[in-house]
Amino acid sequence: MGELKATTTSILEPGQTSGFATTRFESLLAWAQKYSLFMNPFVTACCGMEFMAVSSPRYDFSRFGSEAPRFSPRQSDLLWVVGTIVQRQAPILKRIYEQMAEPKWVLAFGTCASSGGFYDNYACVAGLDKIIPADVYVPGCPPRPEAVLDGLMLLQDKIQRGDRTPGIVKPRIDPVQEPNTALVQLRRSRTSRPPA
Amino acid sequence: MSKALIELVKKNFPDAVLESHSQLGDDTLVLAPGRWKEVCLFLKDNPQSDMDMLTDLTAVDYPDRDPRFEVVAHLYSLQRGHRLRLKAKVGDRDGETVEIDTLTELWASANWMERECFDMFGVKFLGHPDLRRILTYPEFEGHPLRKDYPADKIQPLVQYRDEPNIDKVAPFGVDEGMSFGRQTHARNRGDDDSRMN
Amino acid sequence: MEPLDQELESSELELPTEPMLLNVGPAHPAMHGTVRIVMELSGEIIERCDVQVGYLHRGFEKMCERGNWSQVFPYVDRCNYVSPMLNNVGFALACEKLLGITVPERCQWYRMILGELARMSDHLTCDGAMAMELGAFTPFLWMIKGREMVWEIMEEETGARLTHSFGRVGGMAAPPTDGFKEHTRAVVQHILTIIDEVERLLLGNRIFLDRLENVGVISAADAVSLGWTGPCLRATGIPYDVRKAHPYLKYGEVDFDVPVGTTSDSYDRFMVRLAEMRQSARIIEQCLERMADKGPVNVDDPRVVLPPKEEVYGSIEGTIQHFKIIMEGLKLPAGEVYSYTEGGNGELGFYLVSDGSGTPHRVRIRPPCFLITAGLERVITGQMMADVVPSFGSLNMIGGECDR
Repeated sequence: MGELKATTTSILEPGQTSGFATTRFESLLAWAQKYSLFMNPFVTACCGMEFMAVSSPRYDFSRFGSEAPRFSPRQSDLLWVVGTIVQRQAPILKRIYEQMAEPKWVLAFGTCASSGGFYDNYACVAGLDKIIPADVYVPGCPPRPEAVLDGLMLLQDKIQRGDRTPGIVKPRIDPVQEPNTALVQLRRSRTSRPPA
Repeated sequence: MSKALIELVKKNFPDAVLESHSQLGDDTLVLAPGRWKEVCLFLKDNPQSDMDMLTDLTAVDYPDRDPRFEVVAHLYSLQRGHRLRLKAKVGDRDGETVEIDTLTELWASANWMERECFDMFGVKFLGHPDLRRILTYPEFEGHPLRKDYPADKIQPLVQYRDEPNIDKVAPFGVDEGMSFGRQTHARNRGDDDSRMN
Repeated sequence: MEPLDQELESSELELPTEPMLLNVGPAHPAMHGTVRIVMELSGEIIERCDVQVGYLHRGFEKMCERGNWSQVFPYVDRCNYVSPMLNNVGFALACEKLLGITVPERCQWYRMILGELARMSDHLTCDGAMAMELGAFTPFLWMIKGREMVWEIMEEETGARLTHSFGRVGGMAAPPTDGFKEHTRAVVQHILTIIDEVERLLLGNRIFLDRLENVGVISAADAVSLGWTGPCLRATGIPYDVRKAHPYLKYGEVDFDVPVGTTSDSYDRFMVRLAEMRQSARIIEQCLERMADKGPVNVDDPRVVLPPKEEVYGSIEGTIQHFKIIMEGLKLPAGEVYSYTEGGNGELGFYLVSDGSGTPHRVRIRPPCFLITAGLERVITGQMMADVVPSFGSLNMIGGECDR
C-alpha cells in the first residue's frame, strides 16, 4: 500500500530537482485538489450528528469546495472518519482506505477517531492512526463545527504546501499563550439572547 | 406496587420460587433455573398476569457467589401495566455450564437479547435457534462483561500499523498548525457573556 | 434464439437460478453508519436477510463498572446521541429511585423541557434523514435548521450542543439561564413553522407517499412480541407511551395526546414522529408556564449534591461534603432497581445493581432500538430492495443505543 510522504505530482526533467514550471504546475494542481475535495464520509457515531450540522447551510463545508459526498471510495479523495472506530469496524475502514485511489487524505473527525476518546476498553481502536495514516485530527467530543471547518482549512493549507505531516486543529485561543482565558467557559452566561 | 403477581406465581409454582422481594416497588422473583420456561409460559398465558412483552433480558455476574451468574428478565403487560422481574441463578464459579432455557418461543424479543447475553456473559440458552455473537465479532474470545475479563484487553482484527511512536501524537508545539488560527480575537474582559465572537 | 413471437414452454427455458447474496455493508450512506444487512435477493425481492449489528459496540456497560455513578453520565449521553438529554434524565431518575429521593419541582419542569426539546431534535433528525434518503433534500435542510435552533438552546443551558452530560444525581449541573424561557418559546414557534412547511412540501407528493405507504408493515402482535416500544409501536396502533402509562416527573400533570398510527407502515411511523413533535411543543409550553423562575434545582441532600462553592470554602461541613463526594464518589445504597422513561425510540430502561460501594456493579441500559432493529428482519423480508431504505429509516436505529 505504501504511505504517501509527498505529493505525487512532481514531474521533473532528468537532472533537475525542481524547476519553475514544475513548481507552478504542482501548485496549480494542489490548488485544484484542495478546492475540489470529494469526501467519503465514513460516519459511525455521535460525531455524525455534528457532521450533518457542518454540512447544513449554517456552517456549510461546501463553501470550501468540499461539497460532493461520494460514498464509493474509488471516487473520493478525502476520507472523513467520523466517530468511534470499533475493533469490528476496523477491517472495513482499512479496506475502504485501501480502495481509495492516490492522492488521498484522511481527516479524523472527533476525539474517538483521533485517539480513541474515553473508550479505553476492549472494543475500541484507540485512534484511527493505528490502522490508517491520518492527515488532520479534529479533536472534540463532538467538535464544534467551526473546529471542523478549521480542520478542513488546515488540510487545504497542507495540500497546497504538499505537506503530509499530520496536524491537529488547535482552539482559536491558545491556552498556552493566554492561560487566563477560560477556554471552557465555566461560568454560564447570565443573559442570553433569543434568536433574531 | 401490589404483590399480586408474586402471590399468583407462588400459588401456582410453590417449589419454583426460591426468593421474592419488592424493594423500591419492583416485584422480583428468584426462580429455580429448571422451571424458568414453565413459569414464563404461565405468566404469558394466564389472563390475570397477561405478560405480553419481554422488555429486558440480561445477566449479572457476581463472582463471589455460587451460582455465579444471575439471569434477569423483566416482563411487562401492556394491557394491565404491571411489571415483574424474574431472576435465576446459574453457572458455577469458573463460568462453565452456564445454561438456561431459551424464551424465544414465547417472545420474539428474547432472540437478540439472549444472543447479547451469550456474547457478554457466556450464558448458553438451550434451544435458541441461532446462538451466536451479536455485539462483538465471531473471532472474539471470552465474554467481556464477566468480571474476570479485563476491560482493556483488546483483540484487534486488524494488525496495528508498524509506525514508530504510534502512541505519540503528532507534534503539538506552539508554532505548529495553521498560521491563520493564531490570531487572538479582541474580547471584552470582565463581562460575563464574553464569548469567542 | 427463438423468435419472440413464439410461445415458449416453461420446460424449454431452464435457467439455473440461485438467490443473489447482497451485502449492504456497514459503510453505507443509508445504513446510519453501522448496520450490516446480508440479504438473499431473488430479483428485487428479499427472500431472507441477516441483520448484523455491533459495529458500534463501545463497551458502555463495562466502562460504567470502572468509575463511579456520576461518571456514567457521559456514557449514557452517547447512547442515543440525537436526544442525549433524555438519556441523562433517565439515568438520573434511576439513580434517584435507588436513593429514594425526589428532585425539587423546578428541576422536574426543567428536566421535562430539556427532555422534550431533545425529543424534538431526535424526531427532526429521523424524519429529515428519512426524507433525504428518499431524495427530498430540502426538508432535511429545514429540519436540520430547526435542530440547530434546539442545539442553540442546549448550548446556552448546558454548554455543549450535542453530548451535554448535564444531568446529575439529585438535580442538574446548573440552573436554567435567565433568558431560557423566551428563547425556548421563540424556538418552539420556529420549529412548528418548519413542521408545517415540511408537511406542505412532502405530504402531497405522490412519490413520497408511494414510497412510504404500505412499505415495511409489521403486525401489532409481532411488534409486541418483539418488544417494540415508542413511535414504532404506536404506529401499529397500540397507544403505549411511558409518559402516559406510568407518568414520571410531572408528565401526569400536563395535557398532551399520544399520536397513534393505523396501518403500521413506514408512512405511519413518519407521521407519528411529526405529530409527536407537535405534542412535545405543547408539553414544553405548559412546562414553561409552570416552571418557577427562582428556586433550587438540586435536591438538598448532602450525600449526592455538591455544595455551592461559598460553603466549600467557608464552612467545615461544606468542605467535608465536597471532599466526600469528589474523592469517594457518590455512594448509592446496595440494591437493584429498574427505572424506565420514554426515550426517543421507546422505553429506555436502566437496570442498576449497586453493591453499596461507589462503583456500579452493573449498569444495564435497556435499549429501545436494539429490539426494533431485531425486528428489521421481519419488516424487510418480502419487500423489495429499494424499500429497505425508507423502512430502515423509519425505524430510527441509533447505533450508539443499539450497540452500546
